[in-house]
Amino acid sequence: MRSSCGRAFYKNEERCIIFRNHSQTIGDGALFKIVEKSFLQDIVVRMVIEAPEVARKRKPGQFIVLMIDEQGERIPLTIVDSDSEKGTLTIIFQIVGKTTAKLADMKVGDHILHVLGPLGHATEISNFGTAVVVGGGVGIGVAYPIAAALKKAGNKVISIIGARTKDILILEDEMKNVSDRLLVATDDGSYGFHGFVSAVLQNLIDSGEKIDIVFAIGPVPMMRVIANLTKPYGLKTIVSLNPIMVDATGMCGACRVAVGGKTKFGCVDGPEFDGHEVDFGLLMSRLRTYADQEKQAMENYRCESHGK
Amino acid sequence: MLIRKNRRWKITGVRAMENKEKTEKKEKKEKIPRQAMPEQDPKERIHNFDEVPYGYNAELAMMEAKRCIQCKKPSCVAGCPVDVKIPEFIKLIAEGKFIEAAWKLKETNALPAVCGRVCPQEDQCEKVCILGKKDEPVAVGRLERFAADFEQDSGNIVIPEKESPTGKKIAVVGAGPAGLTIAGDLIKLGHEVTIFEALHKAGGVLIYGIPEFRLPKAIVDAEVNYLEKLGVKIVRNAAIGRLKTVDDLFAEGFHAVFLGVGAGAPVFMNIPGENLSGIYSANEYLTRSNLMKAYLFPEFDTPIVRGKNVAVIGGGNVAMDSVRTALRLGADNAYIIYRRTEVEMPARIEEVHHAKEEGVQFKLLHAPVEYIGDENGWVRQMKCIRMELGEPDASGRRSPIPIKGSEFIIDVDTVVVAIGTMANPVIQATTPGLEVNKRGYIVTKGETGETTREGVYAGGDIVTGSATVILAMGAGRQAAKAIHEHVMAKG
Repeated sequence: MRSSCGRAFYKNEERCIIFRNHSQTIGDGALFKIVEKSFLQDIVVRMVIEAPEVARKRKPGQFIVLMIDEQGERIPLTIVDSDSEKGTLTIIFQIVGKTTAKLADMKVGDHILHVLGPLGHATEISNFGTAVVVGGGVGIGVAYPIAAALKKAGNKVISIIGARTKDILILEDEMKNVSDRLLVATDDGSYGFHGFVSAVLQNLIDSGEKIDIVFAIGPVPMMRVIANLTKPYGLKTIVSLNPIMVDATGMCGACRVAVGGKTKFGCVDGPEFDGHEVDFGLLMSRLRTYADQEKQAMENYRCESHGK
Repeated sequence: MLIRKNRRWKITGVRAMENKEKTEKKEKKEKIPRQAMPEQDPKERIHNFDEVPYGYNAELAMMEAKRCIQCKKPSCVAGCPVDVKIPEFIKLIAEGKFIEAAWKLKETNALPAVCGRVCPQEDQCEKVCILGKKDEPVAVGRLERFAADFEQDSGNIVIPEKESPTGKKIAVVGAGPAGLTIAGDLIKLGHEVTIFEALHKAGGVLIYGIPEFRLPKAIVDAEVNYLEKLGVKIVRNAAIGRLKTVDDLFAEGFHAVFLGVGAGAPVFMNIPGENLSGIYSANEYLTRSNLMKAYLFPEFDTPIVRGKNVAVIGGGNVAMDSVRTALRLGADNAYIIYRRTEVEMPARIEEVHHAKEEGVQFKLLHAPVEYIGDENGWVRQMKCIRMELGEPDASGRRSPIPIKGSEFIIDVDTVVVAIGTMANPVIQATTPGLEVNKRGYIVTKGETGETTREGVYAGGDIVTGSATVILAMGAGRQAAKAIHEHVMAKG
């Protein structure tokens, strides 16, 4: 029987090559061409993909599921921007595992085998008054279309974006363009406020700024801290969750999250939920379900790529 | 490749059968017994995902076919939801005309290789077979499988003549059994048919749900290819309700829409701890393994938890598929936890039999009440309660009643919840005027599949709730007739 790690397989280079060729010849769906690709920083990639129908239909807050090739897994990625005339979608992703690493290794002109979307509910946008949009790390990519839509709807938009250090901060100019005020924080103090985005929000609240709604998108611990911070003020806080998904159409329940003590599906009920109701601890433990396999797949991929 | 490999085994397996059969024949002389289908040894097969039965060879098939007494008024045909011409195709097999038998099947059944494997024949055609009254019924399913496989293996696949183009465009939503059947019927009538499928692969439950060891995916792919050769257009990665609505489809010029989207949403029990890591819906567990090929991780990128102590909750075919998948993924202990007894189990007898042979442990009159996790959020134990049977409930089955104070703990590291599915609301929510019942299933008028929206038809699990492949196919067949009449009447 095959061992659970199956590592022996990759020692057999010949079979490995056969598999790779196989993936290029078989494919029964429409292909989605990569038309632009750039590294926003070492491990964060911006990509523009041809997907005309999705581009026409998509609204802020929605996401796609993509599958690179026949052997690939299905991963959800938020749509950052779209151009319905050109028929393209923009995605921004961080390299966190094999699939994102492989995607980052693809070139302009390459094709992604499957793209499904637009999925999930769009962000509920209206003129709330003053909206604060908090984006952390690669989550700024998800925060951007929301901030843009809020601005367009007539809100006063105050954006707070943060990263570990200045070099890895993304979309500063874009966020500036769609915000009335942009506040920047870095964990190491290399740029902007020295500290977390949550401290910037706390200062903003303390300064007496009248805030009507907060959107927080970023790493789970960041969203948890923001939700905990705003709760005592009764300040409505929307978070965008990123649970593990397979089909992303409501069929499998891999993405189940607990919201207000009830089980919800991230894919069809979300991806945005009331941050004060979300069980972030459960979300974090469920996100770690495949940590070992993800590590193994990444190591295999690195070895394989190294040999090329 | 897989089919070829199976065939090699088939030959060795069959030789043994033939010898056995020869001796039996000498003893009994005239009466031919129902021919068994050779299959993989249970000790072997729990370590692979290859198909369990090898299927008949030509000799066995002809022998079995000769048992059919060719009734003038065959009750078997009436027992088949898609009216397969059973005596006729069996006669052709008996005469050695295997390809012709396959073509005969395809006159009324777009997916014979699938039906030969997964239909509950014991409740349909074989149940009413006249031979079954005194002896065992003719093995209709095994013969259907034989003829369909023979055609696929021969590569001699004939595309039937189509009626001249009608100029009518029909949209079929969902590429599962209902959708594939209706597409096959409508394309033959001269309509232009486009199937919209949300997943990246066509086949619906045949691809994501039923495991390789019960229905090889190559078989499903071949049946889907056949439909594409007929001219059916399949658009994958198209989630209707999200990418476009039913109204969008009409605006694009479709004259009728068929909704065969299945009952896709998983049901959980809402008991404490059910969201711990390691607890799956059967839909997720089977989709990972079948559609995404997680059993081949890391060659394929989708991971799956390879539990050592796996509990599957439920007693239907999906539960059997899940528990047998768990064994093949390396479980030391694979349990079926079912709240009634074996008599009430909805699974096919054959599936229960296969599961037992493979070493599945049946914990009957048991139900989970709570899952207990470790500090990392992983399921480690399951608290169960013992049940006893009370009075029959609405389903006619005796209802299970918990025995107070009978709770006990089972160590588990993976749990698969296989207690049924419900309607996925996405399409209904985005289609104004489409009436649904209390449980979210689409309301239809009689057998035609006509919904409360003109030009919109529905069939399969999205109308009936979870049922069988063949019933969904029967619904597709009925709706095809109704849609044909509808679009032709409009001129």
